[in-house]
Amino acid sequence: MIHIEGLVFRYGEGDFRLAIPGLTVESATTTAFIGPSGSGKTTLLNLIAGIVRPQAGRIETRGVAISSLSDDERRRFRVTTIGLVFQEFELLEYLTVLDNILLPYRIHRALTLDAAVRDRATDLAERVGIADRLDRHPRRLSQGERQRVAVCRAVLTDPPLLLTDEPTGNLDPVNREKVLDILFDYVAESGTTLVSVTHDHEILQRFGRVVDFRDFRAFSDGFRKPGDA
Amino acid sequence: MRGTIYLAWRYVAFHRVKTAILVTAITLIIYLPAGLRVLVNQSSRQLTARADATPLVIGARGSPTELTLSTLYFGADVPERTHYAQAAEVEQSGLAAAIPMYVRFRTRDRPIVGTTLEYLDFRNLRVANGRRFAVLGECVVGARAAERLEVGPGDYVISSPESVFDIAGVYPLRMKVVGVLEYTDGADDDAVFVDVKTSWVIEGLGHGHQDLSLPEAAAGVLRREGNVVVGNASVMQFNEITPDNIDSFHFHGDLSGFPLTAVIAVPADQRASALLQGRYQSAELIQIVRPLDVMEQLLETILTVERFVVAGAVTVGAATLATTCLVFLLSLRLRRRERETLFKIGGSRTAVATVMTSEIVVVLAAGVGLALAFTALTQRYGDIVLRALIGA
Repeated sequence: MIHIEGLVFRYGEGDFRLAIPGLTVESATTTAFIGPSGSGKTTLLNLIAGIVRPQAGRIETRGVAISSLSDDERRRFRVTTIGLVFQEFELLEYLTVLDNILLPYRIHRALTLDAAVRDRATDLAERVGIADRLDRHPRRLSQGERQRVAVCRAVLTDPPLLLTDEPTGNLDPVNREKVLDILFDYVAESGTTLVSVTHDHEILQRFGRVVDFRDFRAFSDGFRKPGDA
Repeated sequence: MRGTIYLAWRYVAFHRVKTAILVTAITLIIYLPAGLRVLVNQSSRQLTARADATPLVIGARGSPTELTLSTLYFGADVPERTHYAQAAEVEQSGLAAAIPMYVRFRTRDRPIVGTTLEYLDFRNLRVANGRRFAVLGECVVGARAAERLEVGPGDYVISSPESVFDIAGVYPLRMKVVGVLEYTDGADDDAVFVDVKTSWVIEGLGHGHQDLSLPEAAAGVLRREGNVVVGNASVMQFNEITPDNIDSFHFHGDLSGFPLTAVIAVPADQRASALLQGRYQSAELIQIVRPLDVMEQLLETILTVERFVVAGAVTVGAATLATTCLVFLLSLRLRRRERETLFKIGGSRTAVATVMTSEIVVVLAAGVGLALAFTALTQRYGDIVLRALIGA
């Protein structure tokens, strides 16, 4: 699904430098990126999503060398292939829950918003328990409900790859479990590949694979298995 | 494109208070100078058009503006009185036709204009329904006045007392409406026209009462001195002129001394106009005015005021515009994260910019649209406002 080779990335003239000699994520697997703040976990997600481009190296997702695509091609690839969930939910306060879920269809011409899409949005909302809140605005939702809206938005296009950045970082334990259940149930049902950045070691057991960013040199062979110390 | 505009629309609708304030600000920035311009243009056109059609006005010494406004627009302020003899004098000079005007009384809030049939011809006032006034006590009503008073031919209007506390004063006169004039979009639409003698009857200078020579009126006789019969206060006076009592109506005194508010003089040509103006130039008690001159002076004042108002509006407008721009810029900064989100989930820079600028465009379009609508309304109904302002 994802294949990275000789990746080098740095932000402008700053000290930060991310270098990954090699990394592969298989299809229909669940992978967690862990590591201290500033170690490059979110940056790698952004690179995989094609939001930023590396200075060197190659990133292939589903056989497409995303790092060599043009801006427009990368956007099109992202909106049709990748679902994104953020720690801060990133919902638009002026849109209702339903409009927030439908947002990808309003922002890119590659997607056509029709009745079937609306039905799917409603179905998803029902599955995650927010069907009775479709007309509400995000500020009238709990944190857990907001993240469920964000998950619905991310999976509405039925993407083969789901990238989540600290999806439970702002949630209490009860909501954390609910959101994770929703994510993992969806991934199991749809065969979607899940890559998630997290600081929460309590949830690592749920992932099939954990990548530790503390030692970049260990990337090629240093992956820990769930439950390892 | 539809999606991004939808997002902009949702943003504007969600922040409706902020949007309403911005739209109001933009509307005012545009409408204040534009509406004022329209109003000034209309007032210039209206004031000069009617003034231009009224060559000369003769009246008692006093405010030329008051005299002109009373004669042209039948304003509530009554100018100093002149006499009916003035009209005769103009006629006798052979220099101009004279139209007497007595604009003092009202029926409800509509002016009663005492004049002659020549006035109707002079202003080209045609009867839409009924006929012109022919005898004492009849009136014809302007189109708007007829609507406001809800009268037509066969109905009656009653003159309003000048003071409700003057119980010994003149009784209101009930006048029969014999015609309604065609709509002219001028001050004549709001007036009730009667013969000048009828207006003197309203004032009490002429009256009708029961015949004191008859035996049954003996109770009303105070004393008899030869042919002269003096009535007492119990004599019944008529407050309506009918075919049965019209013969009893009479005027005490010399008509030439009866009051007028003005005489409209219509000279045969420019030479006659100049000669007539020369005659009154040094008159102590009489003034002759060219309404066009008076109105142009008035306009000059209005234009000066407009210049001040526009200067103020432009200054305030510039400050408001700067504040509005600041609000937009701050809004864009505050929405940086939203832009990043839209970009991350697949929106192009152009699409994201379209969402942001559409909001500005929607607000600007609403502001400009409202300002244009208000300006159009001012264009349409400005004359009503103007008439109210000048008391016509």
